[in-house]
Amino acid sequence: MDTLILGLPVAYYIAMVAKVLVAFVFVLLTVAYATYAERKIIGHMQVRLGPMRTGWHGLLQPIADGVKLFFKEEIVPAQASTFAFLIAPLVALVPAFISFAVIPFGDTVTVAGYKVPLQIAGYYDEIGHQVFDVNVGVLYILAMASLGVYGIVLAGWSSNSKYSLLGGLRSAAQMISYELAAGLAIVAVFMLSESLSLQKIVADQSGAIWNWYAFKQPLAFIIFFICSLAEINRTPFDLPEAETELVSGFCTEYSSMKYAMFFMAEYANMVTVCAVTVTLFLGGWHGPAFLPSWCWFIAKVYFLIFVCMWIRATYPRYRYDQLMALGWKFFLPLTLVNVVVTGIIVTVMK
Amino acid sequence: MIMPLINGLRITLKHLFKKPVTLQYPTEKAPIAPGFRGLHALNVSHDKAKCVACYLCPTVCPAKCITVEAGEDQNHDKYASKYEIDMLRCIFCGYCVEACPVDAIRMTETFELANYSRADFTYTKERLLEKK
Repeated sequence: MDTLILGLPVAYYIAMVAKVLVAFVFVLLTVAYATYAERKIIGHMQVRLGPMRTGWHGLLQPIADGVKLFFKEEIVPAQASTFAFLIAPLVALVPAFISFAVIPFGDTVTVAGYKVPLQIAGYYDEIGHQVFDVNVGVLYILAMASLGVYGIVLAGWSSNSKYSLLGGLRSAAQMISYELAAGLAIVAVFMLSESLSLQKIVADQSGAIWNWYAFKQPLAFIIFFICSLAEINRTPFDLPEAETELVSGFCTEYSSMKYAMFFMAEYANMVTVCAVTVTLFLGGWHGPAFLPSWCWFIAKVYFLIFVCMWIRATYPRYRYDQLMALGWKFFLPLTLVNVVVTGIIVTVMK
Repeated sequence: MIMPLINGLRITLKHLFKKPVTLQYPTEKAPIAPGFRGLHALNVSHDKAKCVACYLCPTVCPAKCITVEAGEDQNHDKYASKYEIDMLRCIFCGYCVEACPVDAIRMTETFELANYSRADFTYTKERLLEKK
């Protein structure tokens, strides 16, 4: 009956593959509908309606946009560096999605008598009765987050357009400035969790709501979230795109699916960053038991995505010098102080 | 420094729950104000146009968009054998209505005047009479 592969039933492997597929498709759908949600939410915040014509209340708008972009003409500028120009959207898009491999989006589920953790890069140890995952999960996420900027820099450079180049340069500078503060903000979390494994960090936040690191480390939470907004080039830090100054920044010269890929990368980054913030600070998938764990995770991520859009509808873009000053003169010292204070408190409490 | 930022967020959140002011144009239309000056129409009395071809309207028209030619009907009365308005030139000032001594022309509330060809923008006497 049950064919075993390496001592595990086929159903287990099917469950593992299904987990990957469901997670990926769900993230893709979230990305598609994040564009719709953004237009709707910002529309209503500006007392407008947003998309209304394609489908009921414009629900088919992301599909219409996708189909339209798919059939647009591919344009490669005559003087562009073709290979880098073609590879840049991929370099931007892929890291945005693969960060999801290490994010735990739910508790374990039982398939064919085996427990499968709802985390793509994780497995349940039947002997030790605990979930193992990448033990440097946060480092992996930070690495992938910084890889994404290469796509933008490559796009800016290879387009051979001054607007694109300026957008790319801004992106690089912004990334370096805010990566530091974001990294230092997470350091305070590590000092409490004493682990880089996301499963361990989530497990530490189980139980009551005040166990969330957002309440133990409110400063780190706020700074990490703001720095993440800057890292993924969202308003009020969307200087690389800055359509009022740089046409469309790094993606000025892009068209068709290549442009769509940058667009997807931007929203996928937003989803990823919200998921990381939920995992690190908002208790991951923990929540009252009346809903399954993954529901809580999705609800928290969607709430943060809403906050991103809310911020976009509220604040104007920062000026370049303001952005740099905020990163280097304000967030970096604050996070350093936060690390020192956390260190003192952790030592004293022991 | 933080309070204005929070205030801003509060204002946008408050607006999120307001009723949108957007009118879904082709299906919903804004109310038309009294005295609105839209497409012209020729008034009719005893089954024929009131116009007596006095040439006051083409004279007063600042855009020179009205063409009138006078004719004589079987009762030996003067009437407009040709009355055309070029809607591409008309500026909808309403002077023609003001100038008319016999109340033969008025302005309706029609404002959707887009067309596919230039010829369609010439409103002949028949088309102007159709507007009741």
